[in-house]
Amino acid sequence: MSIAKPKISRPNLPRNTQGLTRRDYEGGMSTLCAGCGHDSITAAIVQACFELSLPPQSVAKLSGIGCSSKTTAYFVSGAHGFNSVHGRMPAIAAGASAANRSLHYIGVSGDGDSLSIGLGQLGHAIRRNVDMLYLLENNGVYGLTKGQFSASAELGSQSKKGEKNDHEPIDPVLLALSIGATFVARSFSGDKDQLVPLLKAGLMHRGFALIDILSPCVTFNDHEGSTKSYAYVREHLHTPVAADYIETRGEIQVDYQPGEAVTVDMHDGHQVVLKKLDHDYDPTDRARALAYVQEHIARGEHVTGLIYLGEGRRNFHERHQTPEQPLNSLPYDKLCPGSERLGSIIKRYR
Amino acid sequence: MLEVNRPMSGINDFVVKFANVNGTGSASANGLIMKTVFRMGVPVVGKNFFPSNIQGLPTWYEIRVTGEGWSARSGRVDVMVAMNSETYVRDLKEVSPGGYLIHDSSWAHPVLLSREDVTVMGVPLSELCAENFEGARARILMKNIMYAGVIAALFDLDLEVMRSLLTESYARKPALVEANMKAIQLGYDYAKANFQTPLPMRVEPLGRTAGHFVMDGNTAAALGCLYAGATVGAWYPITPSTSLMDAFKSFCMKHRVDPETGQRNFLIIQAEDELAAIGAVIGAAWNGARSFTPTSGPGISLMNEFIGLAYYAEIPTVLFDVQRVGPSTGMPTRTQQCDLLSCAYASHGDTRHVLLFPANPEEAFYLSVQAFDLAERLQTPVFVLLDLDIGMNDWMVPDLKWDDAYRPDRGKVLDAETIQKIEKFHRYLDVDGDGIPWRTVPGTGEKGAYFTRGSGHNRFGAYTEDSVEYQDVVDRLVRKFRTAAALVPKAIIKGDGATAGIVSLGSCDGAVQEALAVLAKQGIRLDYLRVRGFPFGEEVEEFLASHEQLFVVEQNRDAQLKSLLTLETAVEKRKLHSILHYSGLPVSSSFIVDGINRAMSKGEAA
Ligand SMILES: Cc1ncc(C[n+]2csc(CCOP(=O)(O)OP(=O)(O)O)c2C)c(N)n1
Ligand code: SF4
Ligand SMILES: [Mg+2]
Repeated sequence: MSIAKPKISRPNLPRNTQGLTRRDYEGGMSTLCAGCGHDSITAAIVQACFELSLPPQSVAKLSGIGCSSKTTAYFVSGAHGFNSVHGRMPAIAAGASAANRSLHYIGVSGDGDSLSIGLGQLGHAIRRNVDMLYLLENNGVYGLTKGQFSASAELGSQSKKGEKNDHEPIDPVLLALSIGATFVARSFSGDKDQLVPLLKAGLMHRGFALIDILSPCVTFNDHEGSTKSYAYVREHLHTPVAADYIETRGEIQVDYQPGEAVTVDMHDGHQVVLKKLDHDYDPTDRARALAYVQEHIARGEHVTGLIYLGEGRRNFHERHQTPEQPLNSLPYDKLCPGSERLGSIIKRYR
Repeated sequence: MLEVNRPMSGINDFVVKFANVNGTGSASANGLIMKTVFRMGVPVVGKNFFPSNIQGLPTWYEIRVTGEGWSARSGRVDVMVAMNSETYVRDLKEVSPGGYLIHDSSWAHPVLLSREDVTVMGVPLSELCAENFEGARARILMKNIMYAGVIAALFDLDLEVMRSLLTESYARKPALVEANMKAIQLGYDYAKANFQTPLPMRVEPLGRTAGHFVMDGNTAAALGCLYAGATVGAWYPITPSTSLMDAFKSFCMKHRVDPETGQRNFLIIQAEDELAAIGAVIGAAWNGARSFTPTSGPGISLMNEFIGLAYYAEIPTVLFDVQRVGPSTGMPTRTQQCDLLSCAYASHGDTRHVLLFPANPEEAFYLSVQAFDLAERLQTPVFVLLDLDIGMNDWMVPDLKWDDAYRPDRGKVLDAETIQKIEKFHRYLDVDGDGIPWRTVPGTGEKGAYFTRGSGHNRFGAYTEDSVEYQDVVDRLVRKFRTAAALVPKAIIKGDGATAGIVSLGSCDGAVQEALAVLAKQGIRLDYLRVRGFPFGEEVEEFLASHEQLFVVEQNRDAQLKSLLTLETAVEKRKLHSILHYSGLPVSSSFIVDGINRAMSKGEAA
C-alpha cells in the first residue's frame, strides 16, 4: 500500500513556484489493479497540486475504506494522510477542518463508501459546507469486496457473473445539487484534460466541492453489459461546459466567442472560466443544472464538467464564526478564563 | 388546629419528597426550597426522578436536609408532598413510619387513603390559587410555588432567603417576584394558622455550607472542558448528556468570544448521529485540537467502530458517557453505572481503554481536565464515566480551585522546529520505552508527515500484513496501557487495617461513606477503596490482596466492576461479594447497610 517509490532527481524537470517538481507531489507506489481508473485520478491529483504549487504540508488527505480510499497513500507523500473507517471520512473532515481551517482537505471516497454506508455523512458534509475537495471515485461496484453492485449501479447493469442490477441508482450529482452543494462536478478518470482543471477549481473553492469521477473497475466492472466500463462511459459522456481554472485576477484572455464563456469569481481572487459547449447551459443556475442532468440521465448520458458552481453560501467556518487563526493554534491563555473568573462563575451557583 | 402526634426529632436531618406532574413548574418550587436550605447554611441533597417526557407524567423531587453533610439518599421519606393524585397511593406508601403527608385538599378525594402512622395534612392549594390568581396556567404554577410557603412554615425556612433567591432569578421581571412571594405567603399563612408549626423536623441555620455552591455534574464537566482548553466539541443530543454540551456552549459564549471581533474561539458540531460526532472529535484531535463528545450508552454503542480506530491509530479523544439505564433505550431518565464493560473494551478486536470515574460534580470538573491531559499524554481515547445522578442532579460542591500555572499536557508532539532537527520521524516508534510514540500534527512540515490508518501498520507507520510487525505494534499498546495504570487518578483508600472492605466507584461514594459510618456504629468496621481510574493501579492490587472479604458496591445488574476486577487484577474471585443496585434511582446508604448486614449474617464471601 505504501511501498516507497525511488525518487530520481532530474535537474531539468519543470518546477512550480514552490520550486517543486511534479514528482514531489507523488506518494507511495499504488497496489491497485493495473488499469484501475482510480490510479488515473491519483495522477490527476498530483498534477493539480503541482500546478497550484501547493506546499505539500498544506494538504491533508482523508479517506474512508475501499480501493478508492486507499489512494490517499499514493499522492503527496509530504502531506498528512488519514485512511479512516468505511463511510465516515466526512466526519473526520469536519472535525479536522474545525481544528485547522488553513489546510487544503482532499477527501477520497468510493461509491460504496459515499452512497451506501456513508450516504448520511456525505449529505451532512454538504449541508455544513465543509471546506474540502471531495472525490467520489465511482465504479458502480464495491471493488475491495470483490464486485458487488453499489448504489450507483444503473438499473439493469450487468455484473461480471451476469447478474442484473435490480435497483435504480443514487446519483451523487443529483443528490448534491438537490441538497445545496456549492460546487458540483462530474468527470471521467480517463479524461485528464477535463479532470485537472476541475480538481484545481475544486481545491480553491471555498466550501464543499464534490466531483463524481467515473472510474472504471477493470477487474469487476469493465465488461460488456456494464454501464461503468471504459467503453460505455467513453460512449456516453456529454459535456455542456469545459472548465478552466485561471490563476490570475483581472482581464481574462480567452479565445471564446462572446456568449460562449461564463466566468465565476472564486473567493481567492482567482477565476474559473467555463466554456459553454451547450449554449443553453448556465452552470450557476441550480434548478436548470438539476433538470439538465436529469434529462441526460434519461437519455443514458453522463453529463460531465463543472455542472454547478455557486460561491454564495456560507461555509462551515463562516457559520460557526471562528477566527481566521486555526483553533488548534490558539494560545492556551486565550482559551482558559483563569482562576479569578472561576470564582465569579461559581458565585452564580451559590 | 391539627394535632401533630408522634413527634420525630429531625432538626436538620430529614427527607422531604415532592410528587408532581411534570411540566407544571414544580422544578422551580423544589429548587427554591433546596436552595433556601442551602443558603441557611444547612447541607442539602437534591435528587430529581423525572420521566422521559415533556408534560403530564409523574415526577418526583427528593430533598434531603443533612446537617451532617451526607451526600446520598438516606432511603427514608419523612415528609411527602403529594401533589399528583395519580401517584397518591404509592406516595403514601413510601412515607416512613411517623412521617407526614401534605396534599391539596381543595377537592374531596374519592378515596383518600390514610395510614395510622402517618400524619396527613391537607392544604386547599387550588382553592387558594383560584381565589388569588387569574388564568389557568398561572394557577397551576402558583399552586406549586404555594406549597413552598407551606414547607417554609413547617420547616421554619427563612422567607427572606426565599425572596432574595427569587429576586436573583427574576432579576429582569420584578413582577414575578411579587406574584411568587404572594403565593408563598398564602401557603405560609395557611400552614401557620392551621398546623402546629414548625414541625419537629425542621431547619435550623447552621453555617456549614460556606465555601460551597450548588451545581450538577454535567455543568461541572463542561466547565472542566472550558478550562482544559477544549476547542472542538461534537455531539448528538441524548439524555442525560445533553446538558453537558449546553453548558459548554453557554460557558463558551461568555468566556470564549473575542470581545472585539465577536469571533468564537470554539466550534461545536451538532452532528447527524453519534458516529459522526466521534468521527469529528477524532478528526479534530488528529489535527491537534482538544476535542470531546458527551453521550450516553446508546451513543457509545454507535461509536464503537471509531473508538477502535482512535485506539489503534492512537488519537487522543475524550468521551463523556453520562450513563443511563439500559439495555437498549432502557429508561433514559434514570441512573445506572451500566457501561463499565462496554466502555472498557469498546470496539472489536483487542482493545482496552482508559476510564475515569468521578464521584460527584467536584471530581467531574477536575477529572475532565485530567481526561484531556491523559488522552494527549497517552494518545488514546479516555472515557469520563459520569451517570445521570452526578450529571443531572444538583450537588453541594466545595469551591473549585484553579491553578493559573496549569498548562495543558499536550503529550509527545513534535513541533515544526524540532522535526527539522531530527533525522527521521517514525510515527509508531517507542523511543522512550513507555509505549508512547511521538506524533506530529498535520501542517507541521513534510518531514513530519505520516499516514494514519486503522489497518495493520508497523512501528514506522507503514501498512503491513506481516505478523511480526503487526504484533510488535499491538504489544507496544499493551505497554502503553501499563503506563496508563500509573497515570490515571489513584484510588481513594480509607481504612485502618480491617480484614473486610468495600470496593466501589463513582456516584456510589456518598452512600458508601454514610453506610460505613452507620456500620461502624453497629460495630462493623470496614475499609474502603474507591477506584477512580482504569487501568487499575498498584494501590488497587494491594488493597484487594490485603483484605479477606470485599463487598463490591455498584449500580448495575451484572456486577460489571466486579467483572473488571476479576479480569484485570489478581484478586481471587471468592473474596468478592456483590452489592448491586439497579433500580434506576441513585443508591441509598441504607441499601448498602442492609446488603452488607445480610451478607455478613449469611457468612457470604467469608
Ligand atoms: C463497517 C464495514 N463494513 C464493511 C466493510 C467492507 N468493505 C470494505 S470496502 C467496501 C466497499 C468499497 O466500495 P467502494 O467505496 O465503492 O470502493 P471501491 O473499492 O469500489 O473503490 C466494503 C463493503 C468495511 N471495511 N467496514
Ligand atoms: S478491484 Fe477494481 S477498483 Fe479495486 S483496484 Fe482493482 S480495478 Fe480498481
Ligand atoms: Mg466502488
